[in-house]
Amino acid sequence: MSNVALSADEAAGSGSASRSILSRARSALLGRLVIIVPYLWLLIFFLVPFIIVFKISLSQTAIAMPPYVPALSLDDGIGGLFAQFGEMSFDNYVWLTEDALYFNAYISSIVIAGISTLLTLLVGYPIAYGMARAPSTLRPTLLMLVILPFWTSFLIRVYAWIGILKPEGLLNQFLQGIGVIDDPLLIMNTNTAIYIGIVYSYLPFMILPLYASLEKMDYSLIEAAQDLGCPPISAFWKITFPLSLPGVIAGCMLVFIPAVGEFVIPDLLGGSQTLMIGKTLWNEFFNNRDWPVSSAVAVILLLLLIVPIMIFQAAQARAQEQAR
Amino acid sequence: MKSLGSIRREFAPWNDPQAKAYISFENVTKRFGDFTAVNNLSLSIYEKEFFALLGASGCGKSTLLRMLAGFDEPTTGRILLDGQDMRGIPPYRRPVNMMFQSYALFPHMTVEANIGFGLKQEGMAKAEIEQRVAEMLKLVKLEQFAKRKPHQLSGGQRQRVALARSVAKRPKVLLLDEPLGALDKKLREETQFELMDLQQSLGLTFVVVTHDQEEAMTMADRIAILDKGEVMQVATPAEVYEAPISRFVAGFVGNVNMFEGTVAARDADSARITGASGAEIVVGNAGEAAAGNAVAFAIRPEKIKVSSRRPEGVANAMEGEVYDLAYLGDMTVYHVRLDDGQVVKASALNSSRASDDALSWNDRAWISFPPDAGVVLTR
Amino acid sequence: MNSGWSRFNVTSIVLGFAFLYLPIVLLIIFSFNESKLVTVWGGFSTKWYGSLFNNQGLMDAAWVTARVGVISATVATVLGTLAALTLTRYTRFHGRVLFSGMVFAPLVMPEVVTGLSLLLLFVAIGLDRGFLTVTLAHITFSMCFVAVVVQSRLVTFDRSLEEAAMDLGATPVKTFFQVTLPVIAPAIVSGWMLAFTLSLDDLVIASFASGPGATTLPMKIYSQVRLGVTPEINAACTLMIAVVAVGVIAASLVNKRREIQRQRDEQAAQQG
Repeated sequence: MSNVALSADEAAGSGSASRSILSRARSALLGRLVIIVPYLWLLIFFLVPFIIVFKISLSQTAIAMPPYVPALSLDDGIGGLFAQFGEMSFDNYVWLTEDALYFNAYISSIVIAGISTLLTLLVGYPIAYGMARAPSTLRPTLLMLVILPFWTSFLIRVYAWIGILKPEGLLNQFLQGIGVIDDPLLIMNTNTAIYIGIVYSYLPFMILPLYASLEKMDYSLIEAAQDLGCPPISAFWKITFPLSLPGVIAGCMLVFIPAVGEFVIPDLLGGSQTLMIGKTLWNEFFNNRDWPVSSAVAVILLLLLIVPIMIFQAAQARAQEQAR
Repeated sequence: MKSLGSIRREFAPWNDPQAKAYISFENVTKRFGDFTAVNNLSLSIYEKEFFALLGASGCGKSTLLRMLAGFDEPTTGRILLDGQDMRGIPPYRRPVNMMFQSYALFPHMTVEANIGFGLKQEGMAKAEIEQRVAEMLKLVKLEQFAKRKPHQLSGGQRQRVALARSVAKRPKVLLLDEPLGALDKKLREETQFELMDLQQSLGLTFVVVTHDQEEAMTMADRIAILDKGEVMQVATPAEVYEAPISRFVAGFVGNVNMFEGTVAARDADSARITGASGAEIVVGNAGEAAAGNAVAFAIRPEKIKVSSRRPEGVANAMEGEVYDLAYLGDMTVYHVRLDDGQVVKASALNSSRASDDALSWNDRAWISFPPDAGVVLTR
Repeated sequence: MNSGWSRFNVTSIVLGFAFLYLPIVLLIIFSFNESKLVTVWGGFSTKWYGSLFNNQGLMDAAWVTARVGVISATVATVLGTLAALTLTRYTRFHGRVLFSGMVFAPLVMPEVVTGLSLLLLFVAIGLDRGFLTVTLAHITFSMCFVAVVVQSRLVTFDRSLEEAAMDLGATPVKTFFQVTLPVIAPAIVSGWMLAFTLSLDDLVIASFASGPGATTLPMKIYSQVRLGVTPEINAACTLMIAVVAVGVIAASLVNKRREIQRQRDEQAAQQG
C-alpha cells in the first residue's frame, strides 16, 4: 500500500517536472526570439548594407542602372567568385588619392569640424556652468529649454539662419541700422556661416554632458580651494575644469563626430567652394551618379571617424566605471 | 546543558529523533564561476519553525534563500521541501513566498493589487481575492491604505504591504530577506515582535536571513551561523550565546573574552588551563578537550566580576589595572589590563545608584569568575 | 551650488538662450509677414498659412511624413525595446559584441553613409524605392536610439520586482507583461517620441532611401529652400515647430505634474 502511494507521489513529481521543463523550453524560445528579431534586423539593414558599400567601392563605374559593375557575385559559383577577386580593383581609392578634391575635402571637413567643436565648447561651457550654478528649482526648466530645440527639425534650424545671415538679411539690417557697418557683411556662403550653423545646431550636444559633469560636482571643493588660499579664477582652472574634463571630452566628441560628416549645414549655409566630405559624397552620388566613388568616400569617412569614436567610447566607459 | 534550550516556548522538534525535517539542504554546493557561495552544506528546518540564517555579508545566506525560492539552482546537492526534490521547479511553481529586502512592491499597482497579485496568478475567483486581500490588510493594519500606491506609503507601511503580499497565498514557507533592514531602530524593535506574533498566528514556517544578531536572537527558534558558505553552528539563541562550539561563533555573537592556553589537567567535566604567561585557570564545561590540547576558554563580560580587593572563595581571580571604562547607564563596562598584558572586558550592572566600591581609571582591580561561567573551545 | 550664481553666470545663460531661440523666434515672426520679401516686415498677415494648405505638394509630403513617422516609430519602439532587453538581460550569447556594436554604431554614423548604404541594399535586393524603403530606413536608425533610451531605464530596473512576481506565481511571460513592461513604460513612450521626431526631421537618409511618390516634408522643404527663402516655407516650419513644441511641452507638463504629486504623496506618507 505504501509502495503504491509512493509511486503515485513520484508520478505527480515527475509530471510537474516535465511540465516545468516544457514551460522552461517555451520561455527559452521566447528569450531567443527577443535576441533574434532585432539581431536579424540589424544584420540585414545595417551590416549587410555596409558590406555592399565596401563591395561596390571596389567595383567599376558603368553607365547603367545600377551604375556599376558588381565586384562580387555568386552567379558564376564559387569558381567565378575567385576569378572576380582578381578583377576587383582599388581604382576608386587610388583615384581618391590622386584627385586633390577628395583629399582637400577630407582635410577641410576635419578642420571645419575641429574649429566648430572648439567654438561650441567656448560658447557652451559658460552656459553649462551657469546652469549648474543656477538655483536648483530653476535647473529643470533650464535643462528643458536646452533640450527643446533638439525636438525641432534640424533642417528648420539651419534654414532659420539663411534669413539672418544673407547679405540683405536680418543681421546686416540690424548692424547697418545701428550704424556699426556701412556695407553688408558677407557671411553667407562662407566657412563662418558653417561655423555658426554647427555651433548653433550642436550646442545642446555640448551643453548636456558638460552640465551633467558640472552639476554633480561638489561646490564645497571650490570653497575648500578658496579657503586654502586659491583665488577664484585659479580655483576654476585647478579644480572645476579638470573635474569637468569627462564632460568636455564627451561633448567635443558628440559635436565633432557628426560635424565631420555633416551635409545639410555646408550645403545650405556654405558656398559652392566649401568642401566638406558629406557634401562631396552627396554630389558624387546624386549629381555625378558615381556610385563606386561615393562608396569609397563613405568607407574612408568611416575610417576617419573610428579614432574619435573610440576615444568617445573609452571616455564613456570610464565615466560609467566612476559612476559605479 | 539541560537548562539551556528554547526559552520562549516548548517547541523543539529538532530534539525529537522521530520528527521529520520540513526543509532539508542535502550537501548543497553553489558556485558562481570560481566563487563558491555555498560549500557542501546540509541543514534541516522543521515545520512551523522560525529559523534564522545569520552571517556577515557574502557568507552565502542570501544564496541559500534564493535557492529555496528557486531563483538559483544548487550546483550539486539537493533541496527537499516537504519531501519533494525542488530541482528544476521554477520559482513560480514553488509553494514558498519571499519577502524581499527592497520589498519589491510593484510601483504601478495599488496596495490592494500588490497583495492580490499572487492570488490572481493562482486563478482565484475575484470575490475570493477581495476577501483574502481585506483579511490581509486587516492583519497588517493597513485597511485605509488599500487604494494607495507604494510611493504614497511610509517605510514601515511598505514593509507591512510586502509582508501581507508574501503571506497572502498562504505559502508553506515564508522566506524573509533582511525583513527589517530598511527600518529605523525603534520601528525595527516593534516589528520584530509583530513578525513573531504573525508567525505564531498563521502557523507558517519562517526562514529569515539577517546580519543582525540581535534580530536573530530575538525572533528565531533556532539560528544557523554561516561563514564562507558553511554552517558554523545551528542551535537555539541561548545555546549559541552560552554554548558556542567554536571561537568563531563565540566571537561572532555578542562580546566575549578568550583565554588561550593548554589543558594541563582534565577531570570529569572540568579542566585546568595554563596560559602563555603561566597563569592557570580552573574551568568547567571542558567538553572534548583532552590534556595537552590547545584550547580557548570563552567567557562573556557580564559573567566576570570586577572588584577592588581580592575576592574570597572564588576559583579564578586575576589582578590588573582599570585601563578604560564606559558608563552606559544601566551598566558599566570595564576594560581591565591584566598583569600579563591581556585586556579583559567585564560589565557590571548598576543595580544601585551609587556604589561605595567605585573603580576609576588606573585603579588596581581584581577580576574573578567561577569555573562554569564560560566554555572551553577546541575549535 | 547656489552660492556662486554670479552676474557672469546669469549673463552667459541669457545670451546662450537668446542665441538658441532667437533664430527660431525670427523665423516664426516672419511667417506672419505680409511681404513676399522674407526679411522685410510688411505688416501682419496669415495669408502664407492659407497658401500653404493649398499647396498640394507640401500637403502630400506632410501626409507621407506623418505616416512614415507613426509606422517607423512604432516598429522601431518594438525592435529597440527588444534590443535593449537583449543588451541588459542576455550578457552571454554568441555575437553579443557584434550586436551591441550594431546597436550603438548608427548613433555616431554620418547620415550620408547610413543613407547610401541602405540605398545600395535596396538596389541590390531589387526593392523599388518609395514609401516602404523610407520606412525601413527610418526604423533601422531610430530603433537604435530607442534601444539606448530603454536600456538606460532597464539598467536601473530593480530585478527583485520581477523575482517577486515570479515568486508569487507569475510565469516569465506574465511577469514581463504585468510588471516589467508597465514599469518601463515611460521610457518606452519617450523612445517612441524620439523615434517619431527623428523620422519627422530626417532629410539625408530619406533622400537616399526614398523614391518617386514618397517625398517627405523635409525633402520638399529642402528642395524649395535651395530655390530661396519664402514666407510659405517659414509658415510650414512654424507649423512643424508648433506641433512638436505642443507635444513636448504637454508631455513634460504631465510629467512634472506627476512628479510634484509624487513628491507631495511621499511627504504626506512620511508624516502620516
